[in-house]
Amino acid sequence: MSETVWSMCGMCSVRCPIKVEVDGNRIKWLEGNPHLLGGALCAKGSAGVALRNDRERPQQPLIRDGGRGAGKWEPVSWDTAIEYIGEKLDIIIDRYGARAVMLSCRGGPFMDLFKTFIHGLGSPNFTNHDSACGRNVHHASLSVYGLGRKGFIYDIKNSKHLVLFGRNIFASLRIAEANQVLDMLDNGGSLTYVDVRQSLTGIKATRFFQVRPGTDYALALGMINGIIKADAYDKEFVDRYTTGFNQLASFVEPYTPEWAAKECGIKAKKLKDFISEVSEQAPQVIFHPGWMLSRYRDSFYASRAIHILNVLMGNIEVKGGQLFPKGPGDCGVKGLRSLDSQVPKPEEKRADGVGWKYRHFDKGPGLFHLFYDAMLTEDPYPVKGVICYRHDPFNCFPDPAAQKEALDNTDLLVSIDTHYSEFGWYSDVILPESMYLERDSIVATQKGPKPRFIVRRKAVDPKFDTKPAWEIFKLLADRMNIGQYFPYNSIEELWQWQLEPTGHTIEEFEGKGFVSLADEPIMYDRDNLDGKFKTPSGKIEFISQKLADAGLASLKPYESPRKAPKGNFRLIFGRSPVHAHGHTVNNPLLNELMPENSLWINKRAAAKLGISEGDLVDVISASSIGTIKAHVTEFIHPEAVYTVHGFGRQVPLQSRAYHAGMSDQKLQSGKLMDMDPAGGGLCLCEVFVTVRRSTKNPKRRVEL
Amino acid sequence: MNKYLIYLNAKRCIGCHGCEIHCKVNKNLPVGPYLCEISHEPLVAVKGVPKTEFHFRSCYHCEDPYCVPICPKNAMIKREDGIVYIDEEKCIGCMACAGACPWGIPQYNPETGKAVKCDYCKDRVDMGLKPACVTKCTTHALKFVTMQEVN
Repeated sequence: MSETVWSMCGMCSVRCPIKVEVDGNRIKWLEGNPHLLGGALCAKGSAGVALRNDRERPQQPLIRDGGRGAGKWEPVSWDTAIEYIGEKLDIIIDRYGARAVMLSCRGGPFMDLFKTFIHGLGSPNFTNHDSACGRNVHHASLSVYGLGRKGFIYDIKNSKHLVLFGRNIFASLRIAEANQVLDMLDNGGSLTYVDVRQSLTGIKATRFFQVRPGTDYALALGMINGIIKADAYDKEFVDRYTTGFNQLASFVEPYTPEWAAKECGIKAKKLKDFISEVSEQAPQVIFHPGWMLSRYRDSFYASRAIHILNVLMGNIEVKGGQLFPKGPGDCGVKGLRSLDSQVPKPEEKRADGVGWKYRHFDKGPGLFHLFYDAMLTEDPYPVKGVICYRHDPFNCFPDPAAQKEALDNTDLLVSIDTHYSEFGWYSDVILPESMYLERDSIVATQKGPKPRFIVRRKAVDPKFDTKPAWEIFKLLADRMNIGQYFPYNSIEELWQWQLEPTGHTIEEFEGKGFVSLADEPIMYDRDNLDGKFKTPSGKIEFISQKLADAGLASLKPYESPRKAPKGNFRLIFGRSPVHAHGHTVNNPLLNELMPENSLWINKRAAAKLGISEGDLVDVISASSIGTIKAHVTEFIHPEAVYTVHGFGRQVPLQSRAYHAGMSDQKLQSGKLMDMDPAGGGLCLCEVFVTVRRSTKNPKRRVEL
Repeated sequence: MNKYLIYLNAKRCIGCHGCEIHCKVNKNLPVGPYLCEISHEPLVAVKGVPKTEFHFRSCYHCEDPYCVPICPKNAMIKREDGIVYIDEEKCIGCMACAGACPWGIPQYNPETGKAVKCDYCKDRVDMGLKPACVTKCTTHALKFVTMQEVN
């Protein structure tokens, strides 16, 4: 007998809604939720079945038995593992206070559990991976709108022109979003793609700017200049809702399209054509402000400039533009009850300095990499316990060797994950979480023009001795005597507790997998957006007082990116649609599809180095060497080399991924603390490498 | 006459290879055989934009398939509606079908020791559903069409 379970994917952070057909304890079929995605699912989504059957994942709690990273593990019961962690935490809290414990996650809609645990302990040190991802975009957005990066959603389907600065939207692959872009193109819309190389997204573009690496800010400034000069901005909107336009106009005076074209290495005419085109299409033009912009030293300002371009288009709260995400409150429904809101806010200063030393940063999750500084220097205080939930800092942040050096000053490292992370392999305890088809999750809110509540439901029983997050954190909380903040004994009780103020019940999720809070898209009155921008002035700020208070410019004069030293290339990384960073590289089916990454290198540059397609090449940074196959192409800028992130894993129990391909973060030596001071993002593309044909290429055949 | 066809709207295909995995998971295939594949030509600049298009290939379900008569166990069968499929009970895994096929379409399944190939997910089709690759195509680029529709 087959049963239908409405759930959420967990292969990557997009968490697409899914429908699963189960027969007994076997998954017969899974597809994207037909109500929301028309059945669509990506390769990763289908390969969830292979993840479930994969034995190369932690199968019970493990406690380290040798040195850190030695790979000697003692399998233990959950009781033993929780007690072990509890004893260690007791000692740390006794000696250094609760603030010496930090917890990190990958963000997402389920953070309430993790925040509650760390705050319940009495520590303010909740963090996530975002300083190696979207912090620059987030802080840029806060500085312009007073709203974070999720402060707008993009109505791409109804837009006339989508402009992507390196946002490889078809490889990063949010299914609903990718379909919106294709619908827009089917309707005759334009797609402008800016990157240092051609990508899966760029091949669908109507216009492609292959720019010199690190010049996105110049291009955005040239666009601002051209749009203002052409009088093509939405004057009414700018007058009504912004401050600092005159300063902006005089600031961009020298940054003409001709200048920008020269700086970026593109044709001025092409840029001018672009400006005329968007001038006619406004306000249905969306400049995507970037997603993963921990890249260059001026990425924060590049993102700010892109946010400003959107404002000039006047695309806010118009069909085909940027829309305010609506929540339960907009539908006359109370929001979900939050576990974290019952916990007294820890008074302590954060160990990463965010909120007191760095006042211009969002102190919600702070900045993970700055905790390493605190571990090394014990300033402002020691950090001795690190819990990472579904987050692998060694795969995420630069220079794992430098990270290990800092972590050697800690007394407890805990990894809670469905698979062996590189951090997990180095940690003291691994608590295996049930993979997403084997677990329930707490109810989450999805904001949008039509907001909804969604939930992940367990489709099959765990194959191994693993547990879901809601239970793991409950067990930890009970052991640490903070069980009162987790007022439930089962997931059903927790759902009921969360949903109580909303007036909805978990039964309403049957049949669709979600509860829609609005039948029709909700739009605010565009002529009355007062109060929607949460900046100090209540306006969209081209000039930010908050930045000025931190001693930072709102409009930073452009500086040309450092030229690669002779014989060097800038190392750029990106994504493939078949992998979710390092999470899926060991998945049997996805590994079969893409077992290793390659190094994209420009044809002329390769010829000079005697490198041909498929040759093994050594990629050499200041302290590390990676060896992979070269992909020789004319469609990458000669100053850059490119690879897909997530490979070169070194967990021996992941036999398929072990040492397959090359890890870009291991080549980013010395970059762990190289932060954009204005945006908080790490400068991950400010890394130079040399490339040579590897001696590992066979020269002769000596066998018969 | 063949009734069915899988058609790829190359304009919507983004080369995510989802179809290949949807197929493998539905057919419970191990590492090794792929019953459909996405491929592309090298990039060529068109009006300043380096472009390529993706191609989808599964079994062609030939009108007069070479794989059917070559099978020593009569395990390769062409249905009335044109679908060419393998009767797994009869198949002995000799792979004569793959040798006879001009494109080497039938694959060896190392787990069952038998041949396996695209049968348009005939079990699903017989239930009024579409093949796995089409149903779950990430961008709705793959279409399952009947010949009447094309006419």
